[in-house]
Amino acid sequence: MEKNYDMIIIGAGVVGNAVARELSRYQFSIAVLEKQHDVCCETSARNSGVLHAGFNNKTGSKMAKLCVEGNLGFDQLAAELDVPFKRTGKIVVGFDGSDREQLEQLKAQGEANGVPGLSIIERAQIKQIAPCVEGNFAMFSAMTGVLDPFQLTIGLAENAHHNGAEYFFSQEVLAIDFSDGIYTVRTNKAEFKSRWVINAAGLQADKIAAMLGVDDYQIYPCRGEYFILDQQISSFLPLPAYPVPNIKTGGLGIHLTPSIDGNIFVGPSADYIDEWDDYATTQEVMDMLIKDGSRIFPYLKREYFIRNFSGIRPKLVSKTEGGFHDFVIERCQETSHAINLIGIESPGLTASTPIARQVVRLIEEEEKLQQKANFDPIRKRPVCFREQSHDEQAKLAAKNPDYGEIICRCETITKAEVLAAIHNSLGVSTIAGIKYRCRALMGRCQGGYCQTRIADLLMKEKHLRPEEVLFNRDGSYLFTERVR
Amino acid sequence: MPNIIRKQVVIIGGGPAGLAAAVELKKNGISDLIVLEREKQPGGILRQCIHDGFGLTRFQETMSGPEYAQRFIDEVNTLGIEIVTDTTVIDLTAEKLVTATSSKGIIFYQAEAIILAMGCRERTRGALSIPGSRPAGVFTAGVVQAYINLKNLMVGREVVILGSGDIGMIMARRMTLEGAKVKAVFEILPYASGLPRNIEQCLNDYNIPLYLNHTITEIHGKARLTGVTVSEVDENRQVLAGSGKFYACDTLILSVGLIPENELSKKAGVELDPRTKGAIVDENYQTSVSGIFAAGNVLHVHDLVDFVSLEAENLAHGVLHYLKNSLPPCVIAITADGISHTIPQRISGERDIKLFFRVRQPQQNCMIEIQQDGKTIAHRKFQKALPAVMEQINLPAIKLTSKNPIKVVVKDA
Repeated sequence: MEKNYDMIIIGAGVVGNAVARELSRYQFSIAVLEKQHDVCCETSARNSGVLHAGFNNKTGSKMAKLCVEGNLGFDQLAAELDVPFKRTGKIVVGFDGSDREQLEQLKAQGEANGVPGLSIIERAQIKQIAPCVEGNFAMFSAMTGVLDPFQLTIGLAENAHHNGAEYFFSQEVLAIDFSDGIYTVRTNKAEFKSRWVINAAGLQADKIAAMLGVDDYQIYPCRGEYFILDQQISSFLPLPAYPVPNIKTGGLGIHLTPSIDGNIFVGPSADYIDEWDDYATTQEVMDMLIKDGSRIFPYLKREYFIRNFSGIRPKLVSKTEGGFHDFVIERCQETSHAINLIGIESPGLTASTPIARQVVRLIEEEEKLQQKANFDPIRKRPVCFREQSHDEQAKLAAKNPDYGEIICRCETITKAEVLAAIHNSLGVSTIAGIKYRCRALMGRCQGGYCQTRIADLLMKEKHLRPEEVLFNRDGSYLFTERVR
Repeated sequence: MPNIIRKQVVIIGGGPAGLAAAVELKKNGISDLIVLEREKQPGGILRQCIHDGFGLTRFQETMSGPEYAQRFIDEVNTLGIEIVTDTTVIDLTAEKLVTATSSKGIIFYQAEAIILAMGCRERTRGALSIPGSRPAGVFTAGVVQAYINLKNLMVGREVVILGSGDIGMIMARRMTLEGAKVKAVFEILPYASGLPRNIEQCLNDYNIPLYLNHTITEIHGKARLTGVTVSEVDENRQVLAGSGKFYACDTLILSVGLIPENELSKKAGVELDPRTKGAIVDENYQTSVSGIFAAGNVLHVHDLVDFVSLEAENLAHGVLHYLKNSLPPCVIAITADGISHTIPQRISGERDIKLFFRVRQPQQNCMIEIQQDGKTIAHRKFQKALPAVMEQINLPAIKLTSKNPIKVVVKDA
């Protein structure tokens, strides 16, 4: 099998998908290669889901510039892609004099970065905005929000696909050759040829860069663990609450974030690990999260815990170096039609589309771009039953009986939504793929009620044998055989 | 808004509690009632409980879960009670307006009385915060039971079980009978949380070891489970350093507790007991919201289904009185010391009642005393009392000395 493209994008995370979508505005043939079974399997899905304002990043950096651009442009992007988000605002709380000094610096940095809506507020105002959050004073950021990282990543991919980009899953890139102006990308399954290669490989971006002849970068995986809390206390936290950031590690500290769906995330920690895919959670860090998180949010009771997870940052600085490293967005010197996107950690989610626009500019330096006349920027989510009024729900169910059948009771997800997730346009057919698309399995019972139904529907709709049902990655089977 | 259907009684849940309540109401002359059930068939969790041991108390014979449920389903059918399956209740108000949805659309019911009979759900890995990686192959016991018994799907070959709850032990036997190797059951407490008969019939009979004072401290495997690290704990449930031992397995089954499922109750503003996680009820099983009643595992987790049926039948009589406006006020509050909770939590003092409770710790030769106004007004001696077993004590109305609160305490006999 050999395929020829103008553009090959390696990695279907939020950045790879944003690049695919921006490039699909032009007359290019595009292939996106992803080694996992789905988009958003790694860093793009495993984060706090915050739409950052851009005050945390060094003035003049790409991080700062692209984050601010991403934040200001998000209303339009979210409208085009139907991504749930909310400008909740955010508070960074302080307790003592040195905290106040740091918050003043943070505010000054934010203003220098062009972030509007920053102010210092006192305890009384904190208690007004977020009565359950502790702190003596805080910096308030009006532009910060929360977004659905799954819907953003999937929405970008679906829209890119709708505009002609082809997606290839379970394709791990093993080698890249360059000759006569053509890249040959060899995966575990096939060979792809293209005129351009864009490396958006996240945690593996250093390895892909090396295949492109660039040995200058090393990714240091830095894991962050989280708790997820039950929606029953969602009213306790109307907006993200952060501590004063740690200057030494560059981390944002253990914070509390309301998810767009009403859960609360506690975390993340920051621990350098050896393996890029070690998504474990540890007792030591869990204990630390509760201790640290309780300082600003004293409601971290065991009865509210519904899940733990971890995400991994693709850091360009090692534990011993520490400090700041900007996003790498550059064309390879050796082979001028390859672009490396390396070290895209926070605020990569917010900055993903601006990063993609940078990629377009780098390509434009080499060739003239032809707009596609029929580019369609709009992507719609399947209608979400639980977001509707009872009247609207009645209409939905009257039109389509599957909208009347509840599959996931905790999140009130209907059969129609699960079926839409199973028949997603990217052709993903894992259990996690269904979960990411429609939120079934994400509630407090963690699939105790709906997982048997979802497995049933998946097997039936996709004609899978029980042994073929995967949770997410290769080898993550759920069933060994039929019962005798 | 579409039409609202008026019903005298709406029962939410067609499991053992809902069915028993419906039958008892109908037998006592209430015809304007409906049972709403989200599954394709009535019977609730009994449908997947294909083992025997049900019915000894209620019917004086032993039968399987589906057989036990069928007794009630047959009665429901014979009596012509209206039961709607494949229908999920998604909203409930204190005014007793029920919103239900099915493939036929959304239906609203306005009830005079509501019976909450939604049962319970299982505690999960996330609720316990078990550290380690996140592979496939970690299941709760009830989910494994549903896969094997209802869907004919086998979930693994080499099994470790955490928690000595009844369903976990029953699944240890079930997995063994299906050819899997069940390596051990680990329990963090110094005593089993399931019934003694299940330890005998499900573990000992199959040479499956039960290790008390042990818990899982790490889960291994990136795609599918490859094993668990098991550690010993001290009397304060603290892990003993260096006691970790690796057990290779592809399946971990969690049987670590059940939580009454009260999301709808909360929507209606029903006050919950932080200990039972179920509603606070009076002797008629009426919750803090007038006209809303609760029984079965949604109220408190039962050891035997027989008591669920009996409780729901008692509840039906409370509903009958409520509909006739003849319920006495229940002002006497009951508190507990050394026991986990009592049902009911409030009584009228005007009739003889049975108090149901569980002890917190296993007890030998203990005395359960009911005290009021500083005096012991009733007591019962137990040679042995286990947290796994729901116990009861009679409280004749004549023994009460006032309308002041009463207290149930555990003492050495």
